[in-house]
Amino acid sequence: MDAVTQSASAPSLPRLGMPAPPFQAETTHGTLRLEDFKGSWLILFSHPADFTPVCTTEFIEFAKIAPELRHRGVELLGLSIDSTYSHIAWVRNIEQHFKVTIPFPVMADLNKEVATLYGMIMPGESKTEASRCLFVIDPNQVVRAMIYYPLTTGRNTDEILRLIDALQTTDKHGVATPANWRPGDQVIVPPPRTVEAAAERTEMPGITCTDWYFAKRDLPK
Amino acid sequence: MPCVKPDGTLEPLAQAIVRALRTPRTAEGVCELLRLPLYRVRSTMRELCEAGLAAEADGVYGLTDSGRSRVEQMP
Repeated sequence: MDAVTQSASAPSLPRLGMPAPPFQAETTHGTLRLEDFKGSWLILFSHPADFTPVCTTEFIEFAKIAPELRHRGVELLGLSIDSTYSHIAWVRNIEQHFKVTIPFPVMADLNKEVATLYGMIMPGESKTEASRCLFVIDPNQVVRAMIYYPLTTGRNTDEILRLIDALQTTDKHGVATPANWRPGDQVIVPPPRTVEAAAERTEMPGITCTDWYFAKRDLPK
Repeated sequence: MPCVKPDGTLEPLAQAIVRALRTPRTAEGVCELLRLPLYRVRSTMRELCEAGLAAEADGVYGLTDSGRSRVEQMP
């Protein structure tokens, strides 16, 4: 088998800027397909197992940011290698003990089909559990961001909101965002691609130009 | 098929959608009327179509004869 054939037949993991792998799966909200989310942003995230402490803290925090995500046109979809019955029992248990309702669907991926498709299983950590993976999929069903955390470390939901704000700002205004950017901060003006544009950049009004390649500006209010 | 229970009756969400489809609507229209996430409406309407209770034409969903008689039997 030559290299080209090998590459074509190898399972393809999600790549930034590429269409998200389609799936159909049983969830706590019925049978869902990726295409059901078309037109919305989607955060598809995996957790290692139901009824475990770090995952419970994560679910509580995801539930807390769900209204803010919905306001931004973002849906959440959880996944673990557990059954629908386990998911239902766990979300009821969270409601009972922590007074938090889990408003988003949770996928029962017992055969690891979706976890494998999305590269959520890290054999170096566990062969039977998904790691803490998170995929941001845009309304056109293109993978826009991926975050991977190990089993031991709960995710930061504030960073997830920040990431969504940054991606949506990029799409709306055609800009990039600097490190630790927050809504209201200045954004990065894409660097010029020609020497003429570089010369023009240093004279351009309305931007904070440190040098030809490094310029920021405010977004319209 | 999760929207149809083993006894043949419909889940509460499917019942609400079937009632909404007495007037033909798009998925977005049902979503707006019932204040439900679009993904839930799409997935439930797909199952209602598979169950022969609803049908789609040009993006508009309506009840089949079987769907209409099901609505009449609902409490």
